[in-house]
Amino acid sequence: MLRGDPLANVLYIDLSKKKHWVERREDLFEKSIGGAGAAVELLHEECPRGADPFSPENPIVFAVGPLTGLFPLASKTVAMFKSPHTGNLGESHAGGRSAVAIRTAGYGAIVIRGANDIPGYVAIHGSEVHFRDARTLWGMRDSFTVGRIIRENEPAAGLRSIMRIGRAGERLIPYACVTTESYRHFGRLGLGAVFGSKKLKAVVVSGKHSLPVGGGEGAAGAAEYRRVYDQIYQEAVASPVMKKYHDLGTPENVLPLNALGGLPTRNLKDARFEGADRISGEALAEHYLGRRLACSHCPVGCIHIAALREPDENEPYFYKTSMISYDYELIYALGSMLGGSDPEGLLKLIDRIEVYGLDAMSTGVVLAWATEAQERGLVSEDAAGGLRLAWGDYPAYLEAVRRIVEQPNEFYAALARGVEHAASVYGGEDFALAFGGNEMPGYHTGPGAHLGFLVGARHSHLDSAGYSVDQKVLMKRQIPPDELAREILKEERWRQVLSSLVVCFFARGIYSPERTAAALRVAGFEYTADDLKRIGADIHRRKYAFKFREGFSFETLRVPGRIFETPSPAGLLDGQYFQTVVDCVRKDIPAGGP
Amino acid sequence: MRLSVVDTERCIGCQSCMFACARRLGKGGLAGTCIGVRSIGGMERGFKVVVCRACDDPPCARVCPVGALQVRRGGGVRLDEARCIGCGHCRDACVIGAVFWDDETGKPMICVHCGYCAKFCPHGVLTIERADTTESAAARVGMATGTGGERAEGQESLERALEASNVAHATEKSAEGAGANA
Repeated sequence: MLRGDPLANVLYIDLSKKKHWVERREDLFEKSIGGAGAAVELLHEECPRGADPFSPENPIVFAVGPLTGLFPLASKTVAMFKSPHTGNLGESHAGGRSAVAIRTAGYGAIVIRGANDIPGYVAIHGSEVHFRDARTLWGMRDSFTVGRIIRENEPAAGLRSIMRIGRAGERLIPYACVTTESYRHFGRLGLGAVFGSKKLKAVVVSGKHSLPVGGGEGAAGAAEYRRVYDQIYQEAVASPVMKKYHDLGTPENVLPLNALGGLPTRNLKDARFEGADRISGEALAEHYLGRRLACSHCPVGCIHIAALREPDENEPYFYKTSMISYDYELIYALGSMLGGSDPEGLLKLIDRIEVYGLDAMSTGVVLAWATEAQERGLVSEDAAGGLRLAWGDYPAYLEAVRRIVEQPNEFYAALARGVEHAASVYGGEDFALAFGGNEMPGYHTGPGAHLGFLVGARHSHLDSAGYSVDQKVLMKRQIPPDELAREILKEERWRQVLSSLVVCFFARGIYSPERTAAALRVAGFEYTADDLKRIGADIHRRKYAFKFREGFSFETLRVPGRIFETPSPAGLLDGQYFQTVVDCVRKDIPAGGP
Repeated sequence: MRLSVVDTERCIGCQSCMFACARRLGKGGLAGTCIGVRSIGGMERGFKVVVCRACDDPPCARVCPVGALQVRRGGGVRLDEARCIGCGHCRDACVIGAVFWDDETGKPMICVHCGYCAKFCPHGVLTIERADTTESAAARVGMATGTGGERAEGQESLERALEASNVAHATEKSAEGAGANA
């Protein structure tokens, strides 16, 4: 790496001792690039075996990569921690301004240790670290208000990230998220609850460091930087994929997935939703789209914000307008999965979940299970505190979300621990749609998608994008189980490189191995495309080493029966085939790890 | 030429323009940028784009006690960094905050209206307009080298500005000594 590149600076913050220091860790970044690669090493170093996720010994690691601040779409931050939701590897990615802010503050990674004794937030402005009192912010109902207050109290508008939690994180709901820049999230696996357990309301980061570039001496270096940059930028603004994400954003996928019969509907009792055209990307854009936003250093701008204008219930001519960010996964989890086709109800539910700081996907799947559990008589109206959940009934869902956060009785306390836990108490495990303890994402495209959720290191659709294999291959022809296992693992291993740079997965087509190597050369890293693939495999192995260390086992993975009952675009899933693929994956991942 | 903000409502806040401004001189990050994009109170409200308006009668130049800011033909100013004493009056005088500050040199950074940022605005927020008279973008380059801008008459081309910036970059590097980037 380039001499003096601030990327090698790891900022350690000890909340218990109110101390902070910086260590130069060239070793870390030279071996594992940055992002996910650096974060998993730090997690191994910092997190003791068997640590309670809510104890002060559970660390929070944020990491960015060598391309952050230098190239477009290298716009993500990776967070790692031990997940309170799965009790195992916690990894979540977010954009906003977080990545550029961390990099230009002069760091490649931030490690947060210990816990606050009273609520506080940490403000990192370049080399300054402040421990601020957040007692006044703690317990505030609306996370938007919290963001507004911190914004006014801190400097560096436009150059900062404000990562904060809502009530859900304070209440230790294990699928609480951390929100940054109002609309981006470290959504999955409960980073918000880890913040909450540390009485850490927010982390503010800002910076203005310039970043060195290599690629040759002096003018030649500058020219080479601009040459590689221009190629990536031009492709980003000209490619049809990027245009799709700019125009309609991820909700563009609602109608095509529904037409295929891969859109999970009413707790995956169906995979086609008759109301899809009312909550499609097209419909929401036409009737509600109010603004589009981008993460810092992303010319695409996939973030879509709806403007919802609502009349006051009592006073005439009194309106409030809310700006609500929507994405495909939210439309799935809080729309089709709940049988909801009323766009305004959907937007209000999204907004409520944003206000509390819950993970939208987990919340939607929990509500879908609860609705079916009531439908089947597993949970009485009494047990639900007089609430009757019904498909598409948004007022009931809005109330249920409030109760999940407030937990007035045992039923909501169970829901607040996730769908797998709730089903272990009330039954209905076959339709409790979680993989590895994490509620499922919105793809019922075939075996590839579900296998990806199951064997992915973070049980996310983004681990290996199995839905893409389903659509490109399995919908047309069967492939042997070992071939599918290889496809899934190959993709997940390459994605370790992208999430170490850290490049947004939407740009994966632009950042080919060769182009990635060229960009890394400008950033001072000499790797061949083959080196990168090897590093990707190493990082994947290190993640699994952590998982095994913390008790993960392929043998005990639970597969919800529902996925074998509802036909997918690639046909009805075959349990035998499914299990054989899992066995193939298991053989390819050494249980011990290095 | 004069940089102009066409429509802030089209701005998505990607800050590509800010990175472009810094990159013009071969730098990554945002320390060297003369343009600022920030939300107007949360992302939900949209953005403001802070950029030098190339005032016909620029207050920043009027308050400079040492004459380091020369009024540029066609509006705006150019900085003679050798004269500048880093007092910051120019920054205070600019009510829109378009005089940016270089924390490393302790001196202002002034937009030269080269239009490189507009080239990297994906959504048509920025444009470069022809003013009555023009002057070379090398003024900013002058700032970087501390030698003062080289004046060029007539049509200014971005390519020429970039070429000049490469030269400036080389000069900078040789001044710092070899191997600074090794």
